[in-house]
Amino acid sequence: MAVMTMIDAIRQAMMQEMERDEKVVLMGEDVGHLGGVFRATDGLQQRFTSKRVIDTPLAESVIVGSAYGLALTGMKPIVEIQFLGFSQNCFHQICQQIARSRFRTRGDHPAQITIRTPFGGNVRTPEFHSDSMESLFAQSTGLKIVMPSTAYDAKGLLLEAIRDPDPVMFFEPLRGYRLQSDEVPEEDYTVPFGKLRTVREGDDVTIVTWSAAVPVAQAAAEQLAERGISAHVIDLRTLVPLDEAGLVAAVERTGRCVVLHEGPATAGFGAEVITLLQEQAFYSLEAPLRRVTAPDAPYPMPSIEGFYIPDTGLLIRAVEEVLKD
Amino acid sequence: MTVNTTPQFVPDTAPIAPIQFLDQDGRLAAGATPALDTAGILEGLRYMAWGRAFDAKSFSLQRQGKLGTFAPLVGQEAAIMGAAMATDPARDWLVPQYRETPALVRHGHSALRVALYRLGHPHGGRIDANVKVMQFNISLAAQIPHAVGLGWGMKMQGQDGVAVAYFGEGSSSEGDFHEAANLAGVMKAPVIFFLQNNQWAISTPREIQSQATDLAARAPGYGMPGVSVDGNDLLAVHKVTAEAVARARAGEGPTLIEAHTFRMWAHTTADDPTRYVNPEVKERWEKRDPIDRIQKYLSAQGLWDDARHGEMQASVEAEVEAVFAEAFAHPPARAEEIYEHTFASSTPALERQRQWHLGA
Repeated sequence: MAVMTMIDAIRQAMMQEMERDEKVVLMGEDVGHLGGVFRATDGLQQRFTSKRVIDTPLAESVIVGSAYGLALTGMKPIVEIQFLGFSQNCFHQICQQIARSRFRTRGDHPAQITIRTPFGGNVRTPEFHSDSMESLFAQSTGLKIVMPSTAYDAKGLLLEAIRDPDPVMFFEPLRGYRLQSDEVPEEDYTVPFGKLRTVREGDDVTIVTWSAAVPVAQAAAEQLAERGISAHVIDLRTLVPLDEAGLVAAVERTGRCVVLHEGPATAGFGAEVITLLQEQAFYSLEAPLRRVTAPDAPYPMPSIEGFYIPDTGLLIRAVEEVLKD
Repeated sequence: MTVNTTPQFVPDTAPIAPIQFLDQDGRLAAGATPALDTAGILEGLRYMAWGRAFDAKSFSLQRQGKLGTFAPLVGQEAAIMGAAMATDPARDWLVPQYRETPALVRHGHSALRVALYRLGHPHGGRIDANVKVMQFNISLAAQIPHAVGLGWGMKMQGQDGVAVAYFGEGSSSEGDFHEAANLAGVMKAPVIFFLQNNQWAISTPREIQSQATDLAARAPGYGMPGVSVDGNDLLAVHKVTAEAVARARAGEGPTLIEAHTFRMWAHTTADDPTRYVNPEVKERWEKRDPIDRIQKYLSAQGLWDDARHGEMQASVEAEVEAVFAEAFAHPPARAEEIYEHTFASSTPALERQRQWHLGA
């Protein structure tokens, strides 16, 4: 099996699905001739022509809004929003129009659209490029929220997303695009939504995280192991649907839990995870549930972003605190 | 020699006269060649009358507390139906804002669905298979990008359908209008941007929406032709829309049509236009009533009289009564329906919530 970077795995998934299904089209800013600002779509326009890999005007709202119209004619659009921060410019098309289409037409107008978007910090991008806003979309009912952390998952979850009959927000951790490499089968496979991944088994504390923060949790777990602390690390993979049973079982296993995410604390998805555990795992808990997140402040200028995004040091401190409780 | 730095592109100083076939007394302009035949005119007229009757019934039910807030079409019937009559329900898509009920019904959408929608019943949101209409869009202008995708998607698949997006002059101030018109121009998408300038966005008058002398004059900026038409003139609206549809089918891309009309009733049943509409202006527009105008045209040709008018009124009113009777007899919505259709299949969270809320 080939070892592949996450960005290569994402490209391979799109290429294979476009080969398999002629209704799949790819659209967005700079996705065609250039192959995307991160080269996620490199070579696809040459292979599938500009009729299927479409450079659009710089206009997020009509990119998403027209994808909805395309879907109603039977096409299966994959939309790239160049950076998650710019999804604010099409928030209503995603959360109000696409997300509710199935519900408000009682199933008659489903919106089979995949919206891919890179997100996350620590890559020294300019302002507005680095936000982690998954909780905003998770609150917007009707969207599936998919957040891979490995190349293997990125390919399998993306194939699942394109084939899913509902609109999917597919968040790609841009820090991991080239840093994250792992074994990816050449053949077609899918990773089902709503099934978490156990990153590392452990018995003392459970670390719950997803996407860009998974490598942080892994590094922290390795450092903790050197000190004799055994951390159980899980990657939720999809926030909607959420693997509730798997999450509860993973926390019951250790009785202690720290949730780690890159977005701000207040009303972040960590709050949802913790509430669910409070409701469903309360009698197995040995210590208060904790979260390690960005502060409730806007994403800062790049020279201090390392202080904004939670790192292994903060995570280890929180783990030590829950082990003392 | 100096380089001339005078701006090359300047606003028009005065509006351009809208295209008109019928004056307000129903007289056909010299040289006007309607594209609707008599059967088409009679069909259009009946839908116009049907739409007004549907709103009159809805209004009466709303005042009795039996029906929710809705946005009536009165005054805009010729604009709505003139455009719709230029489309083919078998291959074209209609993308409404929220006043276009008779256009949707002509396109095959069930009037019962619209009645249920106004009654606040979730089944009013349904769209039957193969009916090429979108649901009403209360979020102004959000539907315009959808129409571009529909037109573009049909073109992509080698079909010759066009998409008609209905919206108002208020919506034309929204960013979605600009983005949609721009993309349609770039993609040469077969889309008709049908702007009903009814002069009012709730209480905000046309002048506050834009400093442009004509909203249709924006079209060349998007690389498409623009048309200004008398929106209370069924024959003129139909003709210019039919020409736009023909251009779109021929691969020549989109058209922006501005239909000048007037919202004769309130914005919605929750609005009180006496607070802001000048009664003299409204009176002027009453004389331009679109249904009266086309009836006068037919009368002059010996094709219409009071008896036929009476028959048509009785027939559309009976039909509307029957639709609402059926809507009131429709099974009430079940609480369980809240837990259906968020996704194709439920999630653990929704299923847990449903069980706790409603029991297994």
